[in-house]
Amino acid sequence: MGVTQISSGARPAAAQLEPTRARPRPGSLSRRESRWGYLFISPWLLGFVVFTAGPMLASLVLSLTRYDISNPPPTWIGLDNYIKMFTSDPKFWHSLRVTVTYALVAIPLGLTFGFALAYLLNLRVPGVPFWRTAFYMPAVMPAVASALLWGAIFNPRYGILNWFLSLVGIHGPGWLASRDWALPALIIMSLWGVGGGMIIYLAGLQSIPTTLYESAQIDGANGWQQVRHITLPLMTPVIFFNLVIGIIGTFQYFTEVYVLTSTASGGLGGPVDATLFYNINLYNNAFRYLNMGYASALAWVLFVIVLVLTLLVFRSSAAWVYYEGEVRR
Amino acid sequence: MRLGIKARSQLTRGCALVVLTVGFIVVMIPLVWMASSALKTKEAANTMPPQWIPKEQVKVNVDGKDLFLYDIPVEGVVRRLALVSKDGPTGTFVNPDNPTEQYQLPVASGVRAKVVRFHWDNFAAAMKTVPFGRYLVNTLTIVLFGTIGTVASCTLVAYGFARFRAPGMSVLFLLLLSTIMLPPQVTLIPTFIIFRQLGWYDTLLPLIVPAFFANAWDVFLLRQFFMTLPIELDDAARIDGCGPWGILWHVIIPQSWPALITVTIFTVLYAWNDFYAPLIYLQSQEHWTVALGLQSFNALYSNQGNLLMAASVLMVLPPILIFFFAQRLFIQGVVISGIKG
Repeated sequence: MGVTQISSGARPAAAQLEPTRARPRPGSLSRRESRWGYLFISPWLLGFVVFTAGPMLASLVLSLTRYDISNPPPTWIGLDNYIKMFTSDPKFWHSLRVTVTYALVAIPLGLTFGFALAYLLNLRVPGVPFWRTAFYMPAVMPAVASALLWGAIFNPRYGILNWFLSLVGIHGPGWLASRDWALPALIIMSLWGVGGGMIIYLAGLQSIPTTLYESAQIDGANGWQQVRHITLPLMTPVIFFNLVIGIIGTFQYFTEVYVLTSTASGGLGGPVDATLFYNINLYNNAFRYLNMGYASALAWVLFVIVLVLTLLVFRSSAAWVYYEGEVRR
Repeated sequence: MRLGIKARSQLTRGCALVVLTVGFIVVMIPLVWMASSALKTKEAANTMPPQWIPKEQVKVNVDGKDLFLYDIPVEGVVRRLALVSKDGPTGTFVNPDNPTEQYQLPVASGVRAKVVRFHWDNFAAAMKTVPFGRYLVNTLTIVLFGTIGTVASCTLVAYGFARFRAPGMSVLFLLLLSTIMLPPQVTLIPTFIIFRQLGWYDTLLPLIVPAFFANAWDVFLLRQFFMTLPIELDDAARIDGCGPWGILWHVIIPQSWPALITVTIFTVLYAWNDFYAPLIYLQSQEHWTVALGLQSFNALYSNQGNLLMAASVLMVLPPILIFFFAQRLFIQGVVISGIKG
């Protein structure tokens, strides 16, 4: 498992589509080969039909119904769920706003910190394995446990964060209890896990041939110029991939918010809906209000949003993502 | 003055080390805080300024009475004495090792002595407060069967994609990869309804059975690995009379331990850490997993910060230990699959 594969990580599908063999075979043999191939992938094929394609269609159909799971059957209501969502459901718009705000701040910050750490480690400082382990550790922790830990840290009275702030003369806010500070608190918490991105960037950095830097040094390039013209261009596929995954991840953000807010006085997504992420709103509709039809519609809108965002990032990537071996005009 | 290239790179490295150390401290503080809170008394967990090393006031038994210990100056030397009785501002202190040695001292001049004491019993208390053993058995059941299912099914599927040509195979592989981008919510509700119809709601089955149908991440990781194995070995095995199963069993799997272990580690961690699926499918407490149990612990005993942190430490330890012992494989796996972990 070579680290070099990272350069194809951004579009793995394009990497090696053909299996590693080329010899042509007589017809009967190749038909037999096909049969074996289908046989081996059949667990996934079956699972795809039963757990992906089927449910996808079903949820599309359900999204056109009113369906209370405790009171079947579903009633056909056409596009009413979608109309309600866009015209008369302030929670929908609010949850979008919360999710996008978080994404716009947390993703670039996480990217920057993760990349910066990887860059520092790649300067051949002593003890790279040690630093790597230490920074990566928060990323392997269960979300429930790290959320509980941060809940204690953010406690306005007994938490260590406000204690540290008081040492420098700042009267800390109420964090998760405050409408204005709950979202920033979640962003701070997410930065604790930047080690996850760091590992991937570090592997990418290590795969850049040192000869490139050496020849740049001979040409008189300074440190920043090397970063700007060698490191960043070669790292864009990795950065790009993390960006896409980051966007998708934000729309699925759930556990931390659930753990931190479901038992607080403000309720799930509180205080005053300050942390009502898209996925929290969906959960509420599906499993609290039991509006399975409406929740399906929310899921499909989520799907379309993620799809459009991913396509946008892919489209724009031509302008800023540089793949090795590509000729640039 | 211009520095030479060597001096300059040493300077850069020095600065990098300083920044890394600061980052290290910032990352470690929450973990230290967690460990320290887990070993405190309930009162000490809620004190300001925070106690980094759990300390508490202690009593000693002198002549059948429990007395507080004080650190108090006697003729310029601070001694550790027990307070027997108070008479206004003056107290009667004795040497706990020699109770006949008595002093009359102003109580205000001393402070109650604190000694470092780790409450290891918090872990036992946390496990007794909730049926932790039950949660553990449930979680391990999911981990065990989920891992068997994932490794077995993903190996077969990855082998199929890596070694067999068939019409539509590359389209199917693209389809598989595209499911990575599919938000699970899109399939969530019908899947939930199906499992409910099957009578699997509030059982562990919805958390185990889907694992037997492979997933895109692990198939991708394994396929990438299988494709690096030389095809000549397959051919040699075929000449020796191996069929497709024989090649998988005798050629592919023996060479793929690193990748298989990586997939195993990821699956174990994922199942251990998962919260969303257990939350949706498991209702009664006897079926809960550790993750659900920890969350409910928080809901019920949020005033017992020390026990909550002790329970959290218990949940955090397995992933951290696995990570430490299988670090190299783990990191390679994260790098190959791009993000997972």
